[in-house]
Amino acid sequence: MTRMAAVSEQSAPALRGKIAIWWVIASEVMIFGGAVGSYIMARAASPGWSAEAAHLSTSLATINTFVLLTSSMTMAMAFAAYQKDDRRGVQKFLLLTILLGLAFLGIKAYEYTSHIMEGAAPWSGPFWAFYYLLTGLHALHIIAGVVVNFILLLAAGSGLSTGYRIEIAGLYWHFVDIVWIFLFPLLYLSH
Amino acid sequence: MSNPPRVAPSPSPVAQASHGERGFWRTFIFSTDHKTIAKQYLSLGIFMAFVGGYLAYVMRWQLAFPDTSIPGFGFVGPETYNAIVTNHGTIMVFFVAMPILLGSFGNFLIPLMIGARDMAFPRLNMLSFWILAVSALIILTTFFIPGGAASAGWTGYAPLSARAEYTGVNWGINLWLLAHALEFASFLMGGVNFLTTAITMRAPGMTFFRLPLVIWQLLTASVIFLLSVGPLIAAAVMLLMDRLLETSFFVPEGGGDPMLWEHLFWFFGHPEVYVILLPGLGAALEVLAVFSRKPIFGYRWIIYSTITTGVLSMIVWAHHMFVSGMDPRLVMPFSISTILISVPIALIIFSMILTLWKGSIRLTTPMLWALGFIVMFILGGLTGIVLGSAPANIQVHGTYFVVAHFHTVLLSVVIFGGFTGLYFWFPKMFGRMMNEPLGKLHFLLTLIFFNLTFFPMHAVGLAGMPRRIANPLQYEFLTAAQPLNVQITISAIGLIIAQLPFLINFAWSIVAGKKAEPNPWEAATLEWTAPSPPPHDNWGETIPTVYRGPYEYSPPGVREDYLPQDRALTARSAQEKR
Repeated sequence: MTRMAAVSEQSAPALRGKIAIWWVIASEVMIFGGAVGSYIMARAASPGWSAEAAHLSTSLATINTFVLLTSSMTMAMAFAAYQKDDRRGVQKFLLLTILLGLAFLGIKAYEYTSHIMEGAAPWSGPFWAFYYLLTGLHALHIIAGVVVNFILLLAAGSGLSTGYRIEIAGLYWHFVDIVWIFLFPLLYLSH
Repeated sequence: MSNPPRVAPSPSPVAQASHGERGFWRTFIFSTDHKTIAKQYLSLGIFMAFVGGYLAYVMRWQLAFPDTSIPGFGFVGPETYNAIVTNHGTIMVFFVAMPILLGSFGNFLIPLMIGARDMAFPRLNMLSFWILAVSALIILTTFFIPGGAASAGWTGYAPLSARAEYTGVNWGINLWLLAHALEFASFLMGGVNFLTTAITMRAPGMTFFRLPLVIWQLLTASVIFLLSVGPLIAAAVMLLMDRLLETSFFVPEGGGDPMLWEHLFWFFGHPEVYVILLPGLGAALEVLAVFSRKPIFGYRWIIYSTITTGVLSMIVWAHHMFVSGMDPRLVMPFSISTILISVPIALIIFSMILTLWKGSIRLTTPMLWALGFIVMFILGGLTGIVLGSAPANIQVHGTYFVVAHFHTVLLSVVIFGGFTGLYFWFPKMFGRMMNEPLGKLHFLLTLIFFNLTFFPMHAVGLAGMPRRIANPLQYEFLTAAQPLNVQITISAIGLIIAQLPFLINFAWSIVAGKKAEPNPWEAATLEWTAPSPPPHDNWGETIPTVYRGPYEYSPPGVREDYLPQDRALTARSAQEKR
């Protein structure tokens, strides 16, 4: 009896973390779902937004999509390295993921700056309000992911005893990536 | 390099608990013990109930005797009245009902009833509570800042809430939104914690269909909270952007749509009702089985009904918006789904009544509250059907009839369901019994004043009195209803005073109540197998093993009239008992 209980307590941390992150992702889906749904409804109701949407730089966003997809790949490679007990590999790929996340934020910041210089601020109209809302919420999630990955990078330096967390962080990171896959066509490609 | 274990060794909870003395701060303030955190939620809820009750008293006095000086407050102008209405609603829903029914009951019951030593993430649990405490502090602070507290209604309808100049309240509403954000963050973390705990940490033998019903209902409540609050979080960000960055998500002049806020608010707002309802319902179900000495009637059907209710609760929200000007084609589907949701709920109430049928009923204080719950909830639920059907709703929308409905139905959950649970689990929480005669007096007074307060509100509403007005006497046609308003106010004060026996009982019993046995009510669920109050790791050395469902009362062939979930029963021991 004690043994059974002990086993169920032992197997817990990785499993608990994974189940918890799926619930977190479910609630995040609803946050982005609410925002994206509002955007789609509002845009369907008022046809005049394509001129503003045409101001966005599709090429920068395409580069950013590529950057983010690559970062998902490096995140998966960090987990693969953990499964092979390869500490250097874990550190290398986590660092790459962080750098790619920062590159995404850098390009996003450049986009924001150029829009605002052109006079397209959040208060410049409904399209811009939604643009800043959606990309801003997403950028906040990228920042959170970068922070988490950085903590894992530091932890990997002192051994991989809690390396199962890489998979949990990876699930979150892939989710944030997928959100972008929705935002990219909805904002940049639908003129 | 050392071989990393696939699964990291977790420090044994038993070893953690054996550290023993942890000092005042770690034991009482920044505790990771789910039972202490449950008590913290409870204390916060009771404290905020006083604040909310005080606001209700000020409101009621103003409505009965408009523009007189209110004892203990002073004069209330229309602006202050708006702030009081808003914060009464916000506080009662988010800082009383949720902390007590979901936060306190969930934290206390989930680990104890599933046979776990603590929550899956004890430190996250502590963080959830303290974020809620900060959030409550922010709401209280808004009363003392320049411009005053939020005054756009607890629903914060746009465009009224979307520009500071419309209400004259700037930081009051900004901070109100911030408090909501923190409250949601707190309960999101709490919900993730509840679900992960129940999925991964059940004791050996505790299958999902051996879980007590209150656990199913707490979990369903957590799921519908997790899945419904997202759009409102998005909407809160949008509203804050409207207020701070002058965007126009909800402001028509700038091309926005005020209806969008209503949709996003009620998409959360209606499931929220069930987030509060389900734990209260669960507490009543537990108590009914124990004090009827009978297995619950239709255990699995109650679970299926609970899940159905959860699903349906996500698609009824627009019944709050029948007169908002939304597309009229939406009215019929939402009216149908609203009336449909009464089917699973009625099934659960039916099961409650049939659990009583031919039981050996013990009229203890918790049982009285549970019976009161059934009666009052049916009364409140009936007007829900009235309001759910669009033709009737359009007539009484925005009147006191709506106020009467949701107070009867929601307070039957919070007051009757809440006290059912509190009187029932008090011995487990604090290790002492509460005083029965005082508890029964509390029940009787509350039942009487509850009905005297909220029943006449239906009549005032049907007489045409609108919600949220500071002075009914400014309308000629309402002078006839004014005596009723006075009577409601007097009864409401009575309802507040009726809580005194509870407070005395509660405080006195914690200090000097009779010491409680581990299982004073002869109940079969797992929490009663732990000592009262349970130690930090709940069961000492061995976690109980579960052999059967939670409601084995009066089984044939056993001498006592119940079988605890953790008792192994071989063929021989059953024979010996004969």
